[in-house]
Amino acid sequence: MADSMHRKLIESKGAVMAVLTTVAISIGGLVEIAPLYSEALGPEPMEGILPLTPLELAGRDIYVREGCYNCHSQMVRPFRDETLRYGEWTRAGEIVYDRPFQMGSRRIGPDLQRVGGKYPDAWHYEHMDDPRATSPGSIMPRYSWLKERQIDPEAVQSSMRALQTLGTPYTDEQIADAPAAIQRQGGEIVARLESSNLSAQPDDQIVALTAYLQQLGVAGRKAIQAQKDAAAALEAGTEIPASVED
Amino acid sequence: MSTETALSPNYDDAVTKKFLVASVTWGAVGMLVGVICALQLAWWPANMNIPWLTFGRLRPLHTNAVIFAFTGNFIFAGMYYSMQRLLKTRMFNDTLSQVHFWGWQAIIVAAAITLPAGMSQSKEYAELIWPIDIAIAVIWVVMAVNFFGTIAIRKVKHLYVAIWFYMSMVITIAVLHIVNSLALPASATVSYPVFSGITDALVQWWYGHNAVGFLLTTPILGLMYYFVPKTAGRPVYSYRLSILHFWGLVFLYIWAGPHHILYSSLPDWAQTTGMVFSLMLLAPSWGGMLNGLLTLRGAWDKLRTDPLLKFWVVAITFYGMSTFEGPMMSIRAVNALSHFTDWTIGHVHSGALGWVGMAAFATFYYMVPKLWNNQLYSVKAATLHFWLATIGIVLYVMAMWTAGITQGLMWRELDADGQLQYPNFMDTVLQLIPLYWIRLVGGTMYLCGLLLMAWNLVKTASGASPKDGPVQVTTAPESLPTPAK
Repeated sequence: MADSMHRKLIESKGAVMAVLTTVAISIGGLVEIAPLYSEALGPEPMEGILPLTPLELAGRDIYVREGCYNCHSQMVRPFRDETLRYGEWTRAGEIVYDRPFQMGSRRIGPDLQRVGGKYPDAWHYEHMDDPRATSPGSIMPRYSWLKERQIDPEAVQSSMRALQTLGTPYTDEQIADAPAAIQRQGGEIVARLESSNLSAQPDDQIVALTAYLQQLGVAGRKAIQAQKDAAAALEAGTEIPASVED
Repeated sequence: MSTETALSPNYDDAVTKKFLVASVTWGAVGMLVGVICALQLAWWPANMNIPWLTFGRLRPLHTNAVIFAFTGNFIFAGMYYSMQRLLKTRMFNDTLSQVHFWGWQAIIVAAAITLPAGMSQSKEYAELIWPIDIAIAVIWVVMAVNFFGTIAIRKVKHLYVAIWFYMSMVITIAVLHIVNSLALPASATVSYPVFSGITDALVQWWYGHNAVGFLLTTPILGLMYYFVPKTAGRPVYSYRLSILHFWGLVFLYIWAGPHHILYSSLPDWAQTTGMVFSLMLLAPSWGGMLNGLLTLRGAWDKLRTDPLLKFWVVAITFYGMSTFEGPMMSIRAVNALSHFTDWTIGHVHSGALGWVGMAAFATFYYMVPKLWNNQLYSVKAATLHFWLATIGIVLYVMAMWTAGITQGLMWRELDADGQLQYPNFMDTVLQLIPLYWIRLVGGTMYLCGLLLMAWNLVKTASGASPKDGPVQVTTAPESLPTPAK
């Protein structure tokens, strides 16, 4: 009977079929995605999580351009082996400014979500130039052209403006100051590279990518530690009155 | 349906032929890029230190080419061919058909230029930059107008089950593509998505999973419902089952996206929902598999002689296998091991090479003799193609299972002190290299099979007289029967 109803009411009317199909495919997405926009369920930035600096943003665009996500995840899972290997598991509040997200789907190389500060700048420089220099046996391509190409500060400013429109809290002053900020932060990295006898310019793409990689997971790690300290203090605080009452 | 035996002047088969040629051509390109990617993982210097040949830029070209160029054109070829015959009418508007064809090819060319150039949004299977995204949306709407227009002018009352499945693709891919591509441009080639962080991840995998669902699955099930009965000369096994599994698939599929980001910071309820719906998806998926396989009841003897049915049986079997494997991998405990490893790559390819590719080959071998009004040039070559492809898939998938499980176990292995047994990530990579060579062999075999088919089809279309002796010549008409109804 249901068959004949289907035949009579749905199959003979293309529009009915189209509407019902649209309804059927809409429900799941709405139920799963919409709640992330509610205040109670949507992620908020953790304490101390800030938007990327102009140089780091330029580096992130290089990371996206080269398709690093095809081999490197940025998502540490809450397993003992992963936290031993990479560090704290990734919180939603750490990646709120990630546009697009870079969680990845395949680890042909290791996860990078907490790679910031793990190696010196010179390591990244040499690793990009020839991965086998720092990681014998690596199957990663060489990215030596990053040493020879420069970032475009004006493009970084347009990116910041677009992100600002989308809600990333960049101020107009930060956007205006971006070319100078690139020189400042790039200069610091160049100085560190020079102390390892490596030469670079502040606006080299290799410098921007290094700046991006070196901040990955750092602010998040501090925020997580602060949360843990606060929780420990709270626990300690509640324990003391309890023992006093005894 | 007696009109279907010959080319009918009422049908626009010119556009079908174009889509078919495009699919085979782009298929060769996309699979060749896949083989190059596979070689680079086994032997990295294969990128020759050229930026646009590096793995990070080529892999998106491979995935986009095989999904949108090979599979896309294949679906459109099969859809234009079958829906005109099922609805007993020419396509609604020939100009729209041409705009659809040329627009789609222009998009593919644009993709082939921009992706190696490093222009990417980094969302998997949605890497194309925003101007191309807009072009996709426009061309898709052109196709949709033509599709629904053709339904409106149909000369039969009821929509056959194949049409339902095509319709679910037309609607759902439009919704997925437009929502996932919502972004604000910063320049002509760079844009930033309106979603961020974990929300962006959820939207992306809602898209990514359902691109698999509504581009690589439902339209091809629709083609199965047309071409398998045609090829086997048997009616569809169960009409009731087709109703049940159609509505089951379109409703359940869309929920399963979160299984791509299990153990992430996505709220637990969303992860669990994704897992539960993925498990439920097994029922309608196997409904489709059973309906396809059981349609062959009484025709199993033809399997020995008819390469088309061989392709279909392997295609439907791989569909069943990968739709069992998928729900299994969405179980958290399994996903903890399989995620981020080559197991996922193996799973995708058992669906893509096993289901999509084999269904495409069966469809091409069916359509080319009909469209060009010749007998298939070489049945032997088609049978050789079948074995090359089947053995190629098995090598590929076995290598990736082994690689995935090996690396997953090595990552989590702890020593007696509770420390990592393999703290150097490289140790887990070096284990995989021999398996990457096996994968390369499997993929190359599959590509060679496709090239053999291309040659066979060109010969068929150019009117060469069938090659394989009198036995095959006399059985060939039997292998392409017109069903009773």
